[in-house]
Amino acid sequence: MKEVIFTIEQNIALTENVYKMVMSGDTSAITGSGQFVNIKLDSQYLRRPISICDYDENTLTIIYKSVGVGTEKMTKMSAGEKLNILVGLGNGYELSLSGDAPVLVGGGVGVPPLYKLCKLLKAQGKKVTVILGFNTANEVFYEDEFKAIADKVIITTVDGSYGVKGFVTNALDIEYTYVYSCGPFPMLKALSAATHTSGQYSLEERMGCGFGACMGCSCKTMLGNKRICKDGPVFVKEEIIW
Amino acid sequence: MVNTSVTLCGIKLDNPLIPASGTFGYGKEFSELYDINCLGTFSFKGTTLESRFGNPTPRIAECTAGMINAVGLQNPGVKAVVEKELPQMKSFFHKPVMANICGFSIEEYTEVSRILDKEEQVGWLEINVSCPNVHGGGMSFGVTPEGAASVVRAVKAVTTKPVIIKLSPNVTDIVSIAKACENEGADAISMINTMLGMRIDLKTKKPVIANKMGGFSGPAIMPVALRMVYQVYNAVKIPIIGMGGVSSAEDVIEMMLAGATAVEIGSANLVDPFICRDIINDLPRVMEKYKINNLNDIIGGAH
Repeated sequence: MKEVIFTIEQNIALTENVYKMVMSGDTSAITGSGQFVNIKLDSQYLRRPISICDYDENTLTIIYKSVGVGTEKMTKMSAGEKLNILVGLGNGYELSLSGDAPVLVGGGVGVPPLYKLCKLLKAQGKKVTVILGFNTANEVFYEDEFKAIADKVIITTVDGSYGVKGFVTNALDIEYTYVYSCGPFPMLKALSAATHTSGQYSLEERMGCGFGACMGCSCKTMLGNKRICKDGPVFVKEEIIW
Repeated sequence: MVNTSVTLCGIKLDNPLIPASGTFGYGKEFSELYDINCLGTFSFKGTTLESRFGNPTPRIAECTAGMINAVGLQNPGVKAVVEKELPQMKSFFHKPVMANICGFSIEEYTEVSRILDKEEQVGWLEINVSCPNVHGGGMSFGVTPEGAASVVRAVKAVTTKPVIIKLSPNVTDIVSIAKACENEGADAISMINTMLGMRIDLKTKKPVIANKMGGFSGPAIMPVALRMVYQVYNAVKIPIIGMGGVSSAEDVIEMMLAGATAVEIGSANLVDPFICRDIINDLPRVMEKYKINNLNDIIGGAH
């Protein structure tokens, strides 16, 4: 973990309340996809934990939803402004278990961390299928970005206004060797039950510190009490108490 | 060259900075970020006899200039602390550590204290009397002079280490509780624990925290903490460890002027993991600015 001052390069709306922020700064503490960062805002006491969508040596991209007073303020920030960020938090996705044809399943703002994961798996020559679930057509984001890197991209919407009607579990009529997922817990639970392979699932919880000190985001697992921020956020299917 | 060292119950601290229990784990996460031997000491995670998962989540809520937590004393239990955490701590912390002890009965306080009394690394026992008293119908030991005094009496009987009693601010008269603890032989008082608070989510129209209420901490509570330290300093002779929203070297000095011999830093560690190190580095500059050569000279200086 490192405390780094990032400079905002771009902060744009992808949908009505989902935003993409690209920042420049030292990303050397990031060890893989599925990790998150914790952002200090001048007006807020606690930091905002946000998953990492993409990164390279000196660029960090996050996609966040405006859900409260903190993220709302983030939407108003412009290029050139600075942010104090703790980077390299949590354990991300483990690539070595993917098999030849992993499926990546994201729901809503659970979609972003799968982007870098998809890039890393493609770099290893895997056949990657991506299923992205949203409520409705105007909430869909990053379809083209995923299409540019994945072998196959399926979009599902609950109301059927775009792509496959229903939930991500309605799009599982595909061949796959392993599951990587991030999204709301009910979706993860349904996905875990509907899939025949092992997988890795990213959990979320309201956090205090984000680096394992306060026990604010603990959960019970098959392997005992775990801190989602420090021991997770990614857990293997068999470890999670569904 | 200014003097930042203070003495707490006969043990010298290089400086008065002590990360507060529950915000510093058993030190490991922070030792990976900086050499925590720069600290005066630290108070480790509140430890009970058996392991505890604590409360359901969400356990955290944000407030203006502060936060609420309802972790519920999650800890691995004293056996795991003695067998795993303390041996591990030896590799990265070489000063006496403060053991924070919680209990739901007098028997639990004494048993945990008896076990940690045997540990050479432990310099002080800090007794948290804010846990619900199962024998007293769920009220915490810390809310009455008799309850707090009964814990001090029981713990003093099983340890030779200094006993620090950590008081709750959620009481009618903290001064009478502090005096009762002093009368039973408490070696120091640490104060204040968090204030009972809550937040309600406008979207769900329900409390943010699963436990509904939790402990409010952060800069917002510092004036209350300062006032209580000031009042208790007037009433007792034993040293006071002041805490509650302290976030800067200036805050440390203010707390000492109110009557604190040492100062604990809580929530601030969670927002800025380097804050204790940075305050320690900044302390000499601020002391010089306010013409303070020796921190011992300012303890209770506002009286």
